[in-house]
Amino acid sequence: MLETPQETFQARPGLFLVSAVPPLLWLALLFFLPLFLIWGYSFGEKRGLIDIEVVWTLQNYADALDPVYVKIFFRTLFYTALTTAICLIIGFPVALVVAFADERWKPFLLLLIVLPFWTNLLIRTFALMRILGRKGTINGILEKLHGSLDAALQFLGFAGLGTFQAVPMLFNHFGVVFGLVYVALPFMVLPLYAALERLDKSHLEASLDLGAGQIRTFLFVIVPMTATGIVSGLIITFIPTLGSFLTPDLLGGPDSAMIATIIARQFGDANHWPFGSAIAWLLVYVTFFLLALQAVFTARRESRLRQAGERATGQEHGAAA
Amino acid sequence: MVFSRRPRQLREPFAYASKLGFRLFFLATLVFLYAPIILLMVFSFNDSKRNIVWRGFTTKYYVKAWENTGLVEAFINSLLIAVVSTIVSIVLGTLLALLLWRFRFRGKTLIEALSALPIVMPEICVGIALLVFFNRIGWPNDLPWPMNLSKIILAHITFTFPFVMLVLRARLVGFNPELEQAARDLGASQRQALFHILIPYLRPGLVAGGLLALTLSLDDFVITFFTAGPDSVTFPIKIYSLLRRGISPDINAASTVLILLTLLLAGVGVWWQTRMQKTTLYTANRPAVQ
Repeated sequence: MLETPQETFQARPGLFLVSAVPPLLWLALLFFLPLFLIWGYSFGEKRGLIDIEVVWTLQNYADALDPVYVKIFFRTLFYTALTTAICLIIGFPVALVVAFADERWKPFLLLLIVLPFWTNLLIRTFALMRILGRKGTINGILEKLHGSLDAALQFLGFAGLGTFQAVPMLFNHFGVVFGLVYVALPFMVLPLYAALERLDKSHLEASLDLGAGQIRTFLFVIVPMTATGIVSGLIITFIPTLGSFLTPDLLGGPDSAMIATIIARQFGDANHWPFGSAIAWLLVYVTFFLLALQAVFTARRESRLRQAGERATGQEHGAAA
Repeated sequence: MVFSRRPRQLREPFAYASKLGFRLFFLATLVFLYAPIILLMVFSFNDSKRNIVWRGFTTKYYVKAWENTGLVEAFINSLLIAVVSTIVSIVLGTLLALLLWRFRFRGKTLIEALSALPIVMPEICVGIALLVFFNRIGWPNDLPWPMNLSKIILAHITFTFPFVMLVLRARLVGFNPELEQAARDLGASQRQALFHILIPYLRPGLVAGGLLALTLSLDDFVITFFTAGPDSVTFPIKIYSLLRRGISPDINAASTVLILLTLLLAGVGVWWQTRMQKTTLYTANRPAVQ
């Protein structure tokens, strides 16, 4: 790898200040200060319609333990875990196909997976509403099939199937999870692909030559060797899904609220900013925790790999002596 | 002979991409990803309010969407916000990338981690934090037209420029600092070295990062929702309010226009990048002579 210049502040003070001050000041003022502000508000109390005083109370966090909200937290966790699991199950074979495809096709296949990601999220959600609805595409196809089957049965002298009942797929749990998977799938495929791409294929050949089957090779060679990519994929899918707002709002029913729904409500109709700030910070803490988890996992794996490498070279030296 | 060759071929190359089952699975995933979007685009030309049966070709919903002044205004607002925030994002992102690439200083690891934070922070948290912030500092709500978008533009810059920074840092990894040194030795000033060596090398990254910022800005709903005033409506906000009132065919038409616009941007990005990579290979990226 090429070396990077390692200049110090003393060597080029002018350039340092010009490149440091604008972006860092921007981040401090428009990102960290606002987040710090709602952190303060989360210990605050509502005094009037818009007056909030920071009195360092823990009441807002205690309010979050109300069974109504705990139920929504668990639902959010359930939706997110289910979505992540489905994305892994769909994403792994897809990533395998891309990673083992012909070199000429790889960039194109990857582009096909990523392209929907460039389309507006709201439009993608709207597209799903048209597909899943009571009068949507899927139910339209089912109605046609139902009609033909009904006619065929009656023609053969059997009793008919009765009137067509639309399958409810929108404004319920199914709709939300379908939408979450639809949005999050590229997040899962990319890190999996990156890990598989780096995989040394000779290990797979060795495993097969030594008599392991395809499934054993997958479970005991591919999965452990791409573990870092799998963990990245899980976390990168989990974090944005956990904070989803549009999907449950548009595809869900009255009992599909997620954490972001509660937060948004506190800044809208419910008008309770301190409580909304507290919940938002709970979400931030969970995000930090997951990122830390990923960092620890990656670091531990890398150090273990390095140790294994050192041991291997050490043995070689021993054998040579 | 024929029988003895087949089983070995199946075992050796671990060819997931050529197995029928895997191929069908991949194809099914593509259908899952694309069918909703393609159907939306196709049925925007359908001469019927219902969206399953094809009743003939029409462009009347495009005319209807065009005549909807609220929709067109929202579209213009979105474009203006995206262009302004992309330009500022490119400047800020480039500065930050250069800072983190060029200099060694205390707390660099911390700054690196903190400057990537806007990318992973849940949007809803950033949205309400900015809402509270603008409210607290008393940012005026009743400014005349282009200025009423200022809050949204500031918010968009905040979450897009870290992306530009990441794209440029990935590009900088391949830059050979000896080139800049050589330019200086041959008598170029620091300014000249920057504008004739480093910036041309960065151009594909600048284009890619800029297009990413543009798309992210055009795309954003959640953060905009919380920073928009009552009379500053963007395209996604407008679509959202129309959707709440029920699905109508002119939303199909308006959505199709935006999809085609983003596809065009992505296409231009890919084309430009392959072209730039070809040319820069022979200029800036050539390894130094040993």
